[in-house]
Amino acid sequence: MSTEHEVTERLDVKGLNCPMPVVKAKQAVDGLGVGEVLLVTATDPGSMPDIEGWAGSTSGVELLAQEEGEEDGETVYRHYVRRVE
Amino acid sequence: MSTDATGADATPETADEDELAALRARVEGLEEQLAAARDDDADDRKRVTIISTKGTLDMAYPPLILASTAAAFGWDVTVFHTFWGLDILHREKGRDLKLSSVGNPSMPVPNAVAALPGMDAMTTRMMRRRIDENGTATIEELVEVCLETGVDLQACQMTMDLMDYDEEDFYEGVTTGVGAATALRHMADADIQLLV
Repeated sequence: MSTEHEVTERLDVKGLNCPMPVVKAKQAVDGLGVGEVLLVTATDPGSMPDIEGWAGSTSGVELLAQEEGEEDGETVYRHYVRRVE
Repeated sequence: MSTDATGADATPETADEDELAALRARVEGLEEQLAAARDDDADDRKRVTIISTKGTLDMAYPPLILASTAAAFGWDVTVFHTFWGLDILHREKGRDLKLSSVGNPSMPVPNAVAALPGMDAMTTRMMRRRIDENGTATIEELVEVCLETGVDLQACQMTMDLMDYDEEDFYEGVTTGVGAATALRHMADADIQLLV
């Protein structure tokens, strides 16, 4: 499964755990222009509910999609986040 | 009669005009108040105040994890460190926080064994290895992230004096010279207050 989104920036947080995927995602989103999309790739399964919860409670960000995939034999979780304001 | 009639007519008209002017003034006043209230709402970010009192490795994590995450939510976050919680902000001690083996029923050894010399150092080493293998951030990393993202990390002045700590002992950016009144004021304004 792959999601089609115009990705502006990529953030690799593989190997990092709570709270770092959310904290780093926020820092990366702050560096985007309005309308630009960040792709966050994590190995922490907790990043699925955490990024969703963060995006849902934080003004200025919109979660476009989340998907599970595989890279180099390990499960990864991809999050597409757009800066909206 | 006619004069009376005119007079009778004039009085209610004047009263209406006065009443209307008073109402207009009242509406203007209310509109101003409404605009002010809306302005307040506009920058009314959620506020979190955490009181951090413990300096063991395990107890240092919850306040920092919650604080850094709350900052990522765009919230206004204050962490007031007091007593052993000050060690988290201490540049040297913060890197060397320990786990206590005694009095923790989750430890795999009985208290009588846990109390032996060197046991705290051993369980701390084990925990640090797990932290490293698990990709969990270190305490220093979390303190730095908090400071970078605008969390107000405060050091209680009274306990700093009590424990003979100096402002220079702490990470740059830590707020010193604050006390219980500052903590209470932040707690009163906060949506979320936690004591750890």
